[in-house]
Amino acid sequence: MFSLSQFLTLSALVFCTGIAGILLSRKNLIIMLMSIELLLLAANMNFVAFSRYFSDVEGQVFVFFVLTVAAAESAIGLAILVVLFRNRRTVDADDLNALNG
Amino acid sequence: MLASVAVITVRNSVNAALFLVLAFVMSAGLWVLLEAEFLALNLIMVYVGAVMVLFLFVVMMININYPSVEKESNYIPAVALMVMFIIAEMYLAFGSLDSGIFPEVDYADGYSNTAELGKRLYTDYVYPFEIAGVILLVAIVSAISLTYRKRESAKYLDPARQVSVHRDERLRIVKMPAVQK
Repeated sequence: MFSLSQFLTLSALVFCTGIAGILLSRKNLIIMLMSIELLLLAANMNFVAFSRYFSDVEGQVFVFFVLTVAAAESAIGLAILVVLFRNRRTVDADDLNALNG
Repeated sequence: MLASVAVITVRNSVNAALFLVLAFVMSAGLWVLLEAEFLALNLIMVYVGAVMVLFLFVVMMININYPSVEKESNYIPAVALMVMFIIAEMYLAFGSLDSGIFPEVDYADGYSNTAELGKRLYTDYVYPFEIAGVILLVAIVSAISLTYRKRESAKYLDPARQVSVHRDERLRIVKMPAVQK
């Protein structure tokens, strides 16, 4: 049988991976978006595990909303990415310095 | 876990997206083990079905091959610090957690996770549910309006101009004298 701490460990490790992905892959905005998805996945994993732990459905309701917002966010993010690539021919986060003073 | 590590280390973006799919499928399986069946199916359908197809589209449209992790990044100390911080936090948290074994729940006959979730969603959480719908609508509108490109060659009529057309612009009345035989 699984225990709560196993799930929490897994989600913490996935969360660390997501953070590392965001901070390390500055060359590629797509990878950064995927890392954000990983972060949200880790958070959702925690919600589901605690929902099971306390035998309460409300955690799952919250996961539902998080999924909705994550889907909307990735759709808009990818749309912005497409427009960006069309205009600048790059998806490098370090090249986006047009707003520098 | 291995899949999620692969997501950020794989050089090719297409492979990274596929590894992300793998990570999502794995976690959907774990959620089934946690008896959250509806959410697991939702995860597969929404993420693997929709969002990842979107990702793959964009990855293949934007055809680039950068190494996803730079060799000499100035963020590595920050990353290491943060990861160590989180691991220490985990250690502290799990030290205080007593057992963490999931309680055995014996469900009544005909119990359905989906029905339970739906009941909760439509009674206590109606307003957040509707707000979620609005958020999705905003996402649709913004994604389309951001990426919409008007083509020059498209034959397009402006309905407002069509409606407000005046008779004088289209019709010329020619006065001719009647011809006498």
